[in-house]
Amino acid sequence: MSAADVVVVGAGPAGLGAATELRRRGVGRVVVYERELQPGGVPRHTAHLGYGARDLHRITTGPRYAAAMVRQAERAGVEIEVGRTVRSFADGTVATTGADGPATVHAGAVLLATGVRERPRAARLVPGDRPAGVLTTGALQQFTTLHHQRVGTRAVVVGAEHVSFSAVLTLAHAGCQVAAMVTPLPRHQSYAPLRLATAGRRRVPLLTGVDVVEVVGRTRVEAVVLTDGTRIACDTVVFTGDWVPDHELARAGGLPMLPHAKSPVADATGRTEQPGVFAIGNLVHPAETADLCALGGRAAALSVMDWLALHDWPTAVRPIEVRPPILWAAHTARGITLRVAEFVEGRIECRVGDEVLHRTKHRLWTPNRAIHLPLAANASTRILLSPVERLQ
Amino acid sequence: MAASDAVPSHSPGDNPPTAEPFDVVVVGGGVVGCAVARLLSHHQLSVALVEARDDVGAGTSKANTAILHTGFDAVPGSVEARLVARGYQLLRAYAPTAGISVEETGAVLVAWDDEQAATLPKLAVKAEANGYAHAEVIDAAAVHALEPHLGDGITGGMIVPGEHLIDPWSTPIAFATEAVANGCHLLTGFQVVGATAGAETTTLTAADGRSVCTHHVVNAAGLHGDTLHRLLGFDGFTVRPRRGELIVFDKLARPLLGRTILPVPTSHTKGVLVAPTVFGNIMLGPTADDIDDKGATGSTRIGVDGLLQKGRRILPALLHEEVTAVYAGLRAATEHSDYQLSAQREARYVCLGGIRSTGLTAAMALAEEALALLAEAGCTAMPKAADEVHGIRMTPLGEGRERPYQRGGTVVCHCERVTAQELEIALTSSVPATDLDGLRRRTRALAGRCQGFYCSAEVCAHAAAVTGRPMSDWMGVQ
Ligand SMILES: Cc1cc2nc3c(=O)[nH]c(=O)nc-3n(C[C@H](O)[C@H](O)[C@H](O)COP(=O)(O)OP(=O)(O)OC[C@H]3O[C@@H](n4cnc5c(N)ncnc54)[C@H](O)[C@@H]3O)c2cc1C
Ligand SMILES: Cc1cc2nc3c(=O)[nH]c(=O)nc-3n(C[C@H](O)[C@H](O)[C@H](O)COP(=O)(O)OP(=O)(O)OC[C@H]3O[C@@H](n4cnc5c(N)ncnc54)[C@H](O)[C@@H]3O)c2cc1C
Repeated sequence: MSAADVVVVGAGPAGLGAATELRRRGVGRVVVYERELQPGGVPRHTAHLGYGARDLHRITTGPRYAAAMVRQAERAGVEIEVGRTVRSFADGTVATTGADGPATVHAGAVLLATGVRERPRAARLVPGDRPAGVLTTGALQQFTTLHHQRVGTRAVVVGAEHVSFSAVLTLAHAGCQVAAMVTPLPRHQSYAPLRLATAGRRRVPLLTGVDVVEVVGRTRVEAVVLTDGTRIACDTVVFTGDWVPDHELARAGGLPMLPHAKSPVADATGRTEQPGVFAIGNLVHPAETADLCALGGRAAALSVMDWLALHDWPTAVRPIEVRPPILWAAHTARGITLRVAEFVEGRIECRVGDEVLHRTKHRLWTPNRAIHLPLAANASTRILLSPVERLQ
Repeated sequence: MAASDAVPSHSPGDNPPTAEPFDVVVVGGGVVGCAVARLLSHHQLSVALVEARDDVGAGTSKANTAILHTGFDAVPGSVEARLVARGYQLLRAYAPTAGISVEETGAVLVAWDDEQAATLPKLAVKAEANGYAHAEVIDAAAVHALEPHLGDGITGGMIVPGEHLIDPWSTPIAFATEAVANGCHLLTGFQVVGATAGAETTTLTAADGRSVCTHHVVNAAGLHGDTLHRLLGFDGFTVRPRRGELIVFDKLARPLLGRTILPVPTSHTKGVLVAPTVFGNIMLGPTADDIDDKGATGSTRIGVDGLLQKGRRILPALLHEEVTAVYAGLRAATEHSDYQLSAQREARYVCLGGIRSTGLTAAMALAEEALALLAEAGCTAMPKAADEVHGIRMTPLGEGRERPYQRGGTVVCHCERVTAQELEIALTSSVPATDLDGLRRRTRALAGRCQGFYCSAEVCAHAAAVTGRPMSDWMGVQ
């Protein structure tokens, strides 16, 4: 069995950010395992601007951002091994498999940075036939950006959060008309400028308060049917957002999960309930922007070094407690991020014991959108987030 | 029909200019037709298997609950009871040799009220009448001890240790592959729409104009068995599809269950069960709806909601897990409760009709039956010498054994851990995958939790590279 000081699972922004920082700070052998044949994670195939503002301090495209992250890591002396899937971790031993067979490596610390995926159609329980032409944004962008394929001629986009507008842009660039965007919520959940620049410019109708209840078409998608009975003819349906962490490895490894987020419980520096095991990036907060994931990776690096040096671990890593309509909350490099279940007005309060750490202004909160509270809470204390007043 | 359009009865290598009639043509490449073709190919016969779709096993045979039934609950004395019991033994023995995954998890039949509990002793008697001696009635506490995650309100149970899980996808493909290895002609995309009977032969014509000439015909057309039956001049049963919807849950749910949880069956249906799969998922279903459209394999809101409601009662924790797939299969139900098997000597025709909800289990016994019926219909078949019969071995798809990625390989589908080598084998085998669904049934690629978020593009690119067909073909883009 070989040995590494740190094993990182996943060469996305979070994993690469952490690995680069660890090497820059002098940690000996840092190995990143990536199951794809190219490192970089999701940004590899999101060929639009919007990456790097807070970590690279410039705005760039996904592929450029991914390439920059990989370059930084390689320069820092990180070993990136692609085409290698991590199968399990237990007691400091990481088991992998790849083209040249299975292997195990002993690791002083393990960082899980396996990312998120979009909830696919079946998991959303949308009934109907199972024709070709049903995609997620992730799949769509791989077909178009990595393989230069046309996916169809007329699409319906399900969802109206940030990533949904990214899907609209990708479809437009791939020559596919967008018949409509559909969200069961009363409004879209992105920024007005993003909407304007994508769907607005192309006059894509945004249908609110309705959901897709059936996919029609036996071999190829022919239409979708909405809750109100409307039938929209299309040959492509893209299910966007509604993130689920790719948490199989974490769960199989015995880490407890946050119920709603379905992400492993981790503190502000990525420490999980198991000493020496860290969880970072969108795996722990589905989903944030890439730069925040990378910064989170960097922040975790310091904590990893402490662990390697001192073998000290908090006795309890507690999830942040939340009250409805808050669904879940998790730590990021910039404080706490949370999600609400619906459009709701009011103030959010953050408490530790009886002490109020933070209270927001009264405002309207948007579901499916990251809500950041800029506070660095001590990870192992009990944090309670609750709406203090709620006006509809 | 031009002679050149006729399909020769020999392999392309020894193509005779004028086509000799086949000894037997099997119509329908579902699990039943494939099993028949396999057994016939072990005999000194020229055989063709014709299938309307572009692939075998792509009809009802791909969309079932994947249980290898002991037949404990069949109607004693029925043809179905006999063939399920026999098919169970045959397939259980064959599967491991051919690389078809089976798992002997056993089942527990659970009663949820007093009325159901009262029927348990009768079911045990029925099991005995069906020659199954290992069913045993147990109390509610014992059920909970076996399956601690089951919901509240259980009133009793019966264990059926012999119920197995089986890989339903590989079964017809293995049969067809073995049939082809033993000289059977497989004609896909061949939808029989016409039949002309002569004095000694029958000519079957396909929708695309091709034709085959044969001495004997075996009808294994599943849902369309009645149509073919009438085309050949017979009557006696009508297929009315009974749709069964199913929900497949994430593999992370697998620890919730040790064995199959059966409900107390009714005369209409075996009811909604919760079962592990050999692939490591948990399956909930099926529903039972009589419908008219033989193509209506879509799932429905009512069906899915109804299943979730039942599932919540049976295994509450299941509902916290993600759903990986929802699908529906159509049982070839008829006005009769039993299989509709017959031999017609004059017409040199054998019908295997009305195989409703046990055809996967009974397939190999139905093949034996077909052989016997063919003899009745005037087709005597001498077995080939043992050393002339070729066996085959598929790569097992189940989790019960080591999978290829564990030995090493470039993983393409990450959720199901399918390697590039497996894709290549599936695309180049003698019964190859021709579309993504076929690839999924042969390798599990795209059958996992992400439903293609990570790998659909990569899988299509591999398929295109291996076959030389454009990627858009594999994506289903017109
Ligand atoms: C359509 C779309 C548009 C987006 N647009 C923007 C944008 O404009 N700006 C922005 O900042 N962000 C954007 N994002 C979000 C951004 O891509 C993510 O925040 C970022 O990629 C998350 O980084 P990560 O490292 O946590 O995970 P990922 O990037 O998902 O990386 C995880 C990596 O782990 C690997 N992996 C998983 N399991 C294993 C295993 N067992 N063994 C080995 N490797 C494994 C995966 O292959 C993957 O490469 C967008 C996302 C999407 C989907
Ligand atoms: C929901 C559900 C659950 C089930 N669960 C189980 C179970 O747990 N265990 C079990 O043993 N059984 C089960 N079954 C039953 C089993 O799936 C079927 O009995 C079996 O698949 C039937 O196989 P088949 O070959 O007769 O039919 P099919 O698989 O339908 O094959 C018939 C084939 O004939 C072809 N065909 C039709 N017409 C023509 C034509 N004119 N020309 C050429 N080809 C034609 C079709 O394309 C099709 O491929 C279940 C069924 C359903 C629907």
